[in-house]
Amino acid sequence: MNKRIKFIQGNDVCVEAALYAGIEFFAGYPITPSTEIAEQMASRLPMIGGKFLQMEDEISSLCAIIGASLTGHKSMTATSGPGFSLMQEALGYAVMAEIPCVIVNVMRGGPSTGLPTHAGQGDVNQTRYGIHGDHSIIVLTASNHQDIFRMTVEAFNFAETYRTPVILLLDEMTGHLREKIDIPEPGNIALVKRLRTAVKSGIDYHPYLPREDGRLPMSDFGDEHRYNVTGLYHDMWGFPSDNPKIVYGLIRHLVDKIENNSHQIARFRKYHVKDADVLLISYGASARSALHLVENRRRRGEKLGLLELQTLWPFPVDIVREVCKEIKFTVVVEMNMGQVLQQVRLAVDAPEKIFLANRIDGELITPTDIRNILRVIQGKGV
Amino acid sequence: MGKKKLYAHHIDSSWCKGCGICVAFCPKQVLELDKNQKAIAARPEDCICCRQCELRCPDLAIEVICSKTEVSNE
Amino acid sequence: MAVKDYIRERFFPHMWCAGCGHGIILNALLHSVDDLGLNKKDMVMVSGIGCSARISGYVDFHSMHTLHGRALAFATGIKMSKPDLNVIVPMGDGDALAIGGNHFIHAARRNIEMTAIVMNNRIYGMTGGQFSPLSGYGAMGTTAPYGNIDHDFDVVDLAVAAGATFVARTTTYHVHELSDLIQQAITHKGFSVLEVLSQCPTHFGRRNKAGDAVDMLKMYKKRTVRIGSDKKKADPDLIERGVFVKKDFPEYCREYDQLILKARKKK
Repeated sequence: MNKRIKFIQGNDVCVEAALYAGIEFFAGYPITPSTEIAEQMASRLPMIGGKFLQMEDEISSLCAIIGASLTGHKSMTATSGPGFSLMQEALGYAVMAEIPCVIVNVMRGGPSTGLPTHAGQGDVNQTRYGIHGDHSIIVLTASNHQDIFRMTVEAFNFAETYRTPVILLLDEMTGHLREKIDIPEPGNIALVKRLRTAVKSGIDYHPYLPREDGRLPMSDFGDEHRYNVTGLYHDMWGFPSDNPKIVYGLIRHLVDKIENNSHQIARFRKYHVKDADVLLISYGASARSALHLVENRRRRGEKLGLLELQTLWPFPVDIVREVCKEIKFTVVVEMNMGQVLQQVRLAVDAPEKIFLANRIDGELITPTDIRNILRVIQGKGV
Repeated sequence: MGKKKLYAHHIDSSWCKGCGICVAFCPKQVLELDKNQKAIAARPEDCICCRQCELRCPDLAIEVICSKTEVSNE
Repeated sequence: MAVKDYIRERFFPHMWCAGCGHGIILNALLHSVDDLGLNKKDMVMVSGIGCSARISGYVDFHSMHTLHGRALAFATGIKMSKPDLNVIVPMGDGDALAIGGNHFIHAARRNIEMTAIVMNNRIYGMTGGQFSPLSGYGAMGTTAPYGNIDHDFDVVDLAVAAGATFVARTTTYHVHELSDLIQQAITHKGFSVLEVLSQCPTHFGRRNKAGDAVDMLKMYKKRTVRIGSDKKKADPDLIERGVFVKKDFPEYCREYDQLILKARKKK
């Protein structure tokens, strides 16, 4: 039997992938529907000499992994809506101090404690705009186990490449769903190692001075270079500064390092897009239903296509615009009141041709739900 | 027991904020604030090298340099 | 090494007010680190937000100026992932016990080896003199203009109850004792809490008619006694100084090392 083929939940896939990516430190707090990630980490990490910490809340969980990352260890936490809300403060810190780390948010229905055991996709905007102040951020998602694996590894890779926190936005449906996963052989997915400074001991090291390619080599806490890390605006040594030039330079850097690389960060899948005259755009659990419908209607000769987004932020504006160009109309399929819909409308040339198919009652949107909405849009009646 | 002998008071007046703590707690009244409200060693000859001024200075502005070899009074 | 070898001289004179007790704590800390002969490369200072938190920028250690109240949480991640580092976490009273109260008791409960220094000036200084959870009943502050009706924590009692395995208290007047207790706290193999009564002449002193820095230090001399002093019997309001708890107890990082051995056997 092939040991690399498993039949497990999405949350467990996330753990397998994090281990594949080289995670060494996890801190978290139990919360449905993400708890299995913490449970698996508690069991697996010490086996490889890694550390698992159950903290007193989600605030401290994110703080702890930021600390661990500074000592040179790949770190992650996992939570759901209420916990993710608590993490906003430290998330802003990780953005400002440019600390690589991965935050998994397995979405439930919100706001507040909402629907802990039901599906929802209402946190899309929170991942982008939850923290105060201008910034940019990378948010990835996935609809099936093979992709959850890949996107988890990508999350670690992007975190290291761009020295930034990366959010992996899963949902209750995919997190708890059990399906087959073929764990990639080591080496099949490239891993990005921590970029460490080549500056020798005794020579000035600038933790916040980007190289020509925009990357910032790090030095581990405990190594020769001693520097300061702060959530305040800071100079290239990491010391607080309110010099307008430095402030301007830093905020531009924080935003540009991600926005200017949005093409490199964009991950998506196209299904039957080429000749489609009706397009669905979806992500996460909703994309499973969307794909099912597309495959189904294609068999009947209907020219339906699907663009599945895996990078939600920075929003892949150019890709969406390009794909929507020749399309009669586009339907965004999601389980919220149109958070990605808004972005698609902003991206395209003809926003009046973008419609929404959604469910906001805690139940998974089904292929039938989407089809019914398509019929309404096409004037066919339900 | 040896008795240490004063070599010098190093007072960094650009760091001193003139709070007067060193003046108030010097057991031998060695220190004073000058007209600019900066600490100075007005009577260094009375210093007994207890270093309380150095340790209590909130501004890290005082360093009491004592003789390395202790003067024996045995 | 000299004390000045442990600081980032270019940031001096520091930003604290004239007579601020926090400068005395920094001073004692540097003398302690020097006396212990610690290597800067092994030292990490993690601070939160407030006047106290600025201390981390002044020391030439690996330094982290974090979020209000969260310093211990960041420090926990650092210590757990690199247990050989010597982690010092200076905190203000509001920082440690209001917004950071939960992290404080849980770090103590875990008994993770680090040194928590509560720089207790009984006020929020950075924001201009609001009462803190350590101001105490009757104290004046900008948010207690009619006198504070909030009662204060006893940091020592709280730390002991939460499980800290080294708990001590002193003041910025008692500088030799301060230096000695910092050294004991740093070398203790477990979670150490050192409360240091630290004068804020600008906000606490002025609003509470406690006089200037010198008067406040004199008050520390007069109103505190060593643990077990007979004076306390006659005057129960006197504040005790010294080491309240010092015990051997399994330290968290070492416990986790044992857990790793167990997990590896199971693998």
